Amino acid sequence: MNNLKTPLTLEKIKNIKAGTQIFLSGTIFSMRDKAHKKMVEEDFYPLNLKNQTIFYMGPSPTRPGHKSGSCGPTTSARMDKWTPTFIKKTGIICIIGKGQRSQAVKEAMKGKVIYLLAFGGLGALYAKCVKKSEVVLFKELGCEAVYKLEVENMPLIVAQDIKGESIL
Amino acid sequence: MKIIEAKKITNIVSKMCIKAAHELPADILLAIKKSELKQTGLAKHITKLMLENAKIAKTELYPLCQDTGSAVLFVEIGNKVFIKGNITKAINAGIKQGYKEGYLRKSIVKDPLFKRKNTNDNTPAIIHYSFKDGDKLKISLLLKGAGSENKSVLKMFAPSASVQDIKDFILSAVKNAGASACPPFIIGIGIGGNFERSSQLAKKALLRKINNFNKNKLYAELEKDLLKEINKTKIGPQGLGGNVSALAVFIEQEPCHTASLPVAVNISCHVSRHITEVL
Repeated sequence: MNNLKTPLTLEKIKNIKAGTQIFLSGTIFSMRDKAHKKMVEEDFYPLNLKNQTIFYMGPSPTRPGHKSGSCGPTTSARMDKWTPTFIKKTGIICIIGKGQRSQAVKEAMKGKVIYLLAFGGLGALYAKCVKKSEVVLFKELGCEAVYKLEVENMPLIVAQDIKGESIL
Repeated sequence: MKIIEAKKITNIVSKMCIKAAHELPADILLAIKKSELKQTGLAKHITKLMLENAKIAKTELYPLCQDTGSAVLFVEIGNKVFIKGNITKAINAGIKQGYKEGYLRKSIVKDPLFKRKNTNDNTPAIIHYSFKDGDKLKISLLLKGAGSENKSVLKMFAPSASVQDIKDFILSAVKNAGASACPPFIIGIGIGGNFERSSQLAKKALLRKINNFNKNKLYAELEKDLLKEINKTKIGPQGLGGNVSALAVFIEQEPCHTASLPVAVNISCHVSRHITEVL
């Protein structure tokens, strides 16, 4: 079991092997299909995501009194067509999602990005890890907007480590 | 004749949406609890998190999953029931109300191919009507997430196909579903009918309670066999390995054309959210 805090660095993650359970804290950014499509296909990158962590997730609306709606991972494979370009353009260091990636994405991540699995269908549990949530880009996309989240102790597991070793 | 006001249907559907999104059916919750005993290591740990998620969702009112689904309804209308108003409009008004008041995610886009603009109220619902004798109106609602729906498949077999061919097809669909469809699964299977009917049967099968096997012995045996085979795959919770990969397999069958043998596999994730009310 490892506690990790964002922003991550290659130094922090170089010894963490695929299959390791992680508790992640700090700032992360949610984005999914529509945000990827807009950024990659329009070559539009208004956020500095260098060494940042992104989470494939679109939350349910936040109930009054809560800090976030339900917020588990969505299927990573839907982002596969944009991910290699996205990594190159932004310099992200960590992706959190659910399920297999394409061979091209696995290659693109090697040496640059660590891929973490969040557990699917546990949106309520993850909502409790969110301490702060705000939309920072593409507000018009509703649940597909980019959210900046402050999280504490998100339970995750390393699917592909920085060396490219994978448990999937 | 029983008269039911459309407004009443709206209010009931609204409450059903909110309850289904936050509370797992008792039989599913029990099956997950039982599955924990069979799992070890990481699989056991994940199963415990699934139970914790269910508890948080119910007691603190967070939806079980952020994908609160498409609203799919099976509505059985008795021949002695008169609905005052338009039932389809009443149901959609209930979906709109429930998704708003329950802080549920609106996931429906109006145009599927070009604009994909969100309707912002999760309508239209997908509604299947049927007609029965009697004075009851039975409404069943499923909130069906896309992760597992996207892994569902249909194949038109030739009648010469063997039972083994059908089993192989179902098993390969389940293996292909893998981690992104959020196992352990509940598998709904529709056999017979025709192209569209088999899918509808597969969806309807997901409403059945765990341990209620098919009434036909041959199909009940097939359900048990398939469940065993699926669990042998060791897909496990989240596709990370384990002794339980599915909580149940439900088959619904219907007569079909002599030249056809349709088989549809509708996969549900472990948060199989459905609810039934009878008026």
